[in-house]
Amino acid sequence: MIGGLFIYNHKGEVLISRVYRDDIGLKLDIQIGGVQSKAPGLRNAVDAFRVNVIHARQQVRSPVTNIARTSFFHVKRSNIWLAAVTKQNVNAAMVFEFLYKMCDVMTAYFGKISEENIKNNFVLIYELLDEILDFGYPQNSETGALKTFITQQGIKGQTKEEQSQITSQVTGQIGWRREGIKYRRNELFLDVLESVNLLMSPQGQVLSAHVSGRVVMKSYLSGMPECKFGMNDKIVIDKQGKGGASDDAGKSGKQSIAIDDCTFHQCVRLSKFDSERSISFIPPDGEYELMRYRTTKDIILPFRVIPLVREVGRTKLEVKVVIKSNFKPSLLAQKIEVRIPTPLNTSGVQVICMKGKAKYKASENAIVWKIKRMAGMKESQISAEIELLPTNDKKKWARPPISMNFEVPFAPSGLKVRYLKVFESKLNYSDHDVIKWVRYIGRSGIYETRC
Amino acid sequence: IHNLKYFKRTCGEIFELKAELNSDKKEKKKEAVKKVIASMTVGKDVSALFPDVVNCMQTDNLELKKLVYLYLMNYAKSQPDMAIMAVNTFVKDCEDPNPLIRALAVRTMGCIRVDKITEYLCEPLRKCLKDEDPYVRKTAAVCVAKLHDINAQLVEDQGFLDTLKDLISDSNPMVVANAVAALSEIAESHPNSNLLDLNPQSINKLLTALNECTEWGQIFILDCLANYTPRDDRESQSICERVTPRLSHANSAVVLSAVKVLMKFMEMLPKDLDYYGTLLKKLAPPLVTLLSAEPELQYVALRNINLIVQKRPEILKHEMKVFFVKYNDPIYVKLEKLDIMIRLASQANIAQVLAELKEYATEVDVDFVRKAVRAIGRCAIKVEQSAERCVSTLLDLIQTKVNYVVQEAIVVIKDIFRKYPNKYESVIATLCENLDSLDEPEARAAMIWIVGEYAERIDNADELLESFLEGFHDESTQVQLQLLTAIVKLFLKKPTETQELVQQVLSLATQDSDNPDLRDRGYIYWRLLSTDPVAAKEVVLAEKPLISEETDLIEPTLLEELICHIGTLASVYHKPPSAFVEGSRGVQHKRLPARAGSGESAESPDTVSTGGVSEAPPAVIPSQGDLLGDLLNLDLTPPTTTGPPPPTSSMQMGAMDLLGGGLDSLVGVLSNTMGASFGAPPAVMPGSFNAPVSGGLSDLFDLGGGVGMPMGAYVPPKTVWLPAMKAKGLEISGTFARRSGVVQMEMTLTNKAMSVMGDFAIQFNRNSFGLAPAGPLQVLTPFTPNQSIEVTLPLNTVGPVMKMEPLNNLQVVSQVFLATWKDIPNDNESQFQIKDCHLNSDAASNKLQGSNIFTIAKRTVDGQDMLYQSMKLTNGIWILAELKVQAGNPNYTISLKCRAPEVAQSVFQSYEAVLKN
Repeated sequence: MIGGLFIYNHKGEVLISRVYRDDIGLKLDIQIGGVQSKAPGLRNAVDAFRVNVIHARQQVRSPVTNIARTSFFHVKRSNIWLAAVTKQNVNAAMVFEFLYKMCDVMTAYFGKISEENIKNNFVLIYELLDEILDFGYPQNSETGALKTFITQQGIKGQTKEEQSQITSQVTGQIGWRREGIKYRRNELFLDVLESVNLLMSPQGQVLSAHVSGRVVMKSYLSGMPECKFGMNDKIVIDKQGKGGASDDAGKSGKQSIAIDDCTFHQCVRLSKFDSERSISFIPPDGEYELMRYRTTKDIILPFRVIPLVREVGRTKLEVKVVIKSNFKPSLLAQKIEVRIPTPLNTSGVQVICMKGKAKYKASENAIVWKIKRMAGMKESQISAEIELLPTNDKKKWARPPISMNFEVPFAPSGLKVRYLKVFESKLNYSDHDVIKWVRYIGRSGIYETRC
Repeated sequence: IHNLKYFKRTCGEIFELKAELNSDKKEKKKEAVKKVIASMTVGKDVSALFPDVVNCMQTDNLELKKLVYLYLMNYAKSQPDMAIMAVNTFVKDCEDPNPLIRALAVRTMGCIRVDKITEYLCEPLRKCLKDEDPYVRKTAAVCVAKLHDINAQLVEDQGFLDTLKDLISDSNPMVVANAVAALSEIAESHPNSNLLDLNPQSINKLLTALNECTEWGQIFILDCLANYTPRDDRESQSICERVTPRLSHANSAVVLSAVKVLMKFMEMLPKDLDYYGTLLKKLAPPLVTLLSAEPELQYVALRNINLIVQKRPEILKHEMKVFFVKYNDPIYVKLEKLDIMIRLASQANIAQVLAELKEYATEVDVDFVRKAVRAIGRCAIKVEQSAERCVSTLLDLIQTKVNYVVQEAIVVIKDIFRKYPNKYESVIATLCENLDSLDEPEARAAMIWIVGEYAERIDNADELLESFLEGFHDESTQVQLQLLTAIVKLFLKKPTETQELVQQVLSLATQDSDNPDLRDRGYIYWRLLSTDPVAAKEVVLAEKPLISEETDLIEPTLLEELICHIGTLASVYHKPPSAFVEGSRGVQHKRLPARAGSGESAESPDTVSTGGVSEAPPAVIPSQGDLLGDLLNLDLTPPTTTGPPPPTSSMQMGAMDLLGGGLDSLVGVLSNTMGASFGAPPAVMPGSFNAPVSGGLSDLFDLGGGVGMPMGAYVPPKTVWLPAMKAKGLEISGTFARRSGVVQMEMTLTNKAMSVMGDFAIQFNRNSFGLAPAGPLQVLTPFTPNQSIEVTLPLNTVGPVMKMEPLNNLQVVSQVFLATWKDIPNDNESQFQIKDCHLNSDAASNKLQGSNIFTIAKRTVDGQDMLYQSMKLTNGIWILAELKVQAGNPNYTISLKCRAPEVAQSVFQSYEAVLKN
């Protein structure tokens, strides 16, 4: 299991170090530039990672590094490196999942992960590390549960009942929700957040496209409510269609979508989903991600990019890019940004665009074209003349793809929330009393057109 | 922001801190402890404050208590005497009414590795394991594993293992999960104890807990389930059914662990079962979903998918597109995706794949571009219909004149020629144009091979090859060997014009070279040419077998083992755990279960084929290091009674698993001359013989001194040396024994092939003990299918094989020596002095060699001779030694390094005895 956990700043200085097992970092010979340093115990694991990874000359070639039979897993958040160290054959996927979780927990406690925040909260971080990792084994790491007893305010005056409530929640079957939550107004918000990914050939052929979506729920519900979530999943609707009225099935069958795969928050009863494909759960309080899904069929591609790049001689490029919006005219796309890469030897750029603003950004080697708003079924165009410095570099310009960012108020996968029912038998509110909000947001993921 | 100040302190403040720690004010105390912890984090030594910090321990402030505990965990080991001061508080805290404090105390105590504290831990731990609060129990469960790590005997004596086993039936799922984790860990260091005792009842309990515990707990349980072998296919199916819902979990590690269980248990399901097909279909979507996780997890997933695709290609065969590389993927993800794309390439998707690969070949990262170019070549070899397009794509790329692209393209075109002879030779002219730009050995060697192979079609072949000859000695071995072969080929094709050239190269290779490989090959050619040119032509210009389409496949038994390790580091490194884990953990080799219903015929040929892998182990394109592979195209030698020289595969194994005994193991290359066994790898004797260490030492001694061994000595049980899968159906298991003072090799040969075998012969490779057969191998022929024969072969230790030690192995050995030396931790090094020994280094070396201690390398530093030596005990323990001999000084210094440091003393004694005798 995990032998130790270290947090470094970008200089490689240790901000947090917690060792769980003796086997790491006792005597470690490290390889510096292929030369074996012979003195035993010259440096320990902490330094080995700094020398070999943080200060490595080359770009990181793998998130897992093995130095002198010790394995280092690392993730980076802005300038901060989190590294888990082990000498055993650990579950690698688990270690990374844990590191991500660790980041989530820290963010939930003190916001952005930065050197300053870490230094300011080091006592808290040690307390958390003591709680969520025992002898290198991850323990309950749900922030909801952790916040009940790791507060940094000291838990004074707890009654015995309160204490046992905490422990039963931390270890219990419903570790993500505490009992006795009360709201005057029972309310829930559902956000369907999708990111649509596209890779298109210059000729307009879709090479690959998929939507990865998330259903994020904010719940402010009293008690221990039992929820049931329904969407226009093709499998469910086809099943109902067989049993129910035929014309109804015909109507809704058209609008149903085929979901390639989905994963759920740990509150969802997976065995029930597996057998009946129904999504039932007791939600955590506050905001959390209920599910993730992926679709590849019948995706609405909100924008089409048509590039035209022409090389005029050796010192000039002519670029013309047309974008077409492809959704209902009544809807508005926002935050549109088209990024047209330019060669490294660009000396000057002239841009003309019909709409929005376009600018050549030399530091990013790209022309960035921004449009605030654009309605559906519209078209816009940019043309640019790029002047190049003559080079004798043999290698051709790699022509990176043109990428796009945008936000649209619908789900490009076609997913629709059909219902979210809430049952709480012990308290006297019913499904009708709960105020429910649903919102759809489609964003660009990696949306690229090769040119 | 106020906390920042803790980090900004300079030294000289220890005194100040001491005062603050002893302050009466609680707040001030707490602040002081915080400062201490901050100093500790940045690596300052604050151990001097130990008593003062411990004094703060008795407090009802939980936060302060936690800080003090943190300090204790770090420094108790360096101050064991003072740590005892903390024991009272610990014991008291373990009785605290607050369960959080009870758990905290027992958790921290387990982390303090001081014997005196450990003693006091037992009683509180026993209570905590039966605590009414689940939070305390789950913490205590892990604490047993901690204690076991410190003092395994104590855990057993105190009966904690039984209590831990009881916790598997606990009502709280998290307690169950932690108990499973702790037991699994303890069981790993006792491979043969039946600790986990998995049976249908306990499995059922685990499966129930699986639905209820946290995501991490689910991982512990799934990883534990993967070690279970169901009794039959029905049980296997029912477990699979209960595990499949986990595939929809948001945590990728849960998904991968579930995939591991399913991949393993699937082995047992009959293929015609409907459920088998359903399961296959269910596996694809979650694997694809893993690719939308964060890049680090994508990397882990891709490494695993690479294994899964090799084991069961059908799962992902339709999912090619998701492996297309994205421009912004990190380089490690890109490279892995490319690997999988090649594996999934088929006639159906080849057009798309090629278009992508062409795109990648213009990217920026050099490694990635190279791999993409290579991938195009692989596609050509794999999908015949696409070969033409691949070749033209490669030619386009050569036209770009980007140096590394050209070189890579030439390397793969060579392979394409080998796969489709007489089809694309028209491109040779284009290739020849780029001759001058090639500066990498592999590309040069490939080009030379092409010129030699098609010498008759290249008008100026002699000129081209001659141009390489000028700097012959500056070339790498690979190029030299290739050049030698190419010129000999040229000579055989155009004897009249090239006589001078061939003589030149032969003399360069045999007389002016230090490289034994090159020399040997030169002599072989020379003799062949001078004795029988017609035979030489038949041998050298023989038609070569086509190379197979799959490349870089992981060897099947390793693949099976890695499948059992899905999700873990082993699957990321593609190495068995024994290759990177020290000590006893992970040495156990995991196996996939056999398919149900096949019963005893588990290893019969037909199960091999149902395993999803093709029947014959596919030949792999020779890699860079494969020097011997292409010698003379030896894979086509006419049938002889001796086996081929050990192919380089044994060297690769040696490098991969140094401890496992690949080095100069007692290898018996057995070969039957059915005309089919040329590719059979040599049998490597497994390193573990389980003989007690002392026994092993006396063995070494007996062999060296030639003293007889009493009767009834330990005879290790027979182990399988050569599985049937690898040797066309001949399985060999055997052992070495000493009976009536004669060393014997006892073997059981089993014919698992479908046909009769005959004409057996045995050859011993050079080995540390000079073992050689003392008589011919007698096997009753005909050897009919499914027959087993017991063979006993008397051995002597004066084998001629030893005396003509092939020099070429030597270099390999010394490299391996260096690697092994580095690989053994320095802890295990011990130094001794041998006094009053008046031999010079050469005499010492000879004397030691007489006792089977071989000198691998010798160098002289500052007037001291350093001898690097190795020996291997019969129980597989390797000992590496560095012997320093100074002229005129009768005292030698010897450093011994060994994985089992206990033997060092006895080895030293043997050394002394041998040298002084």
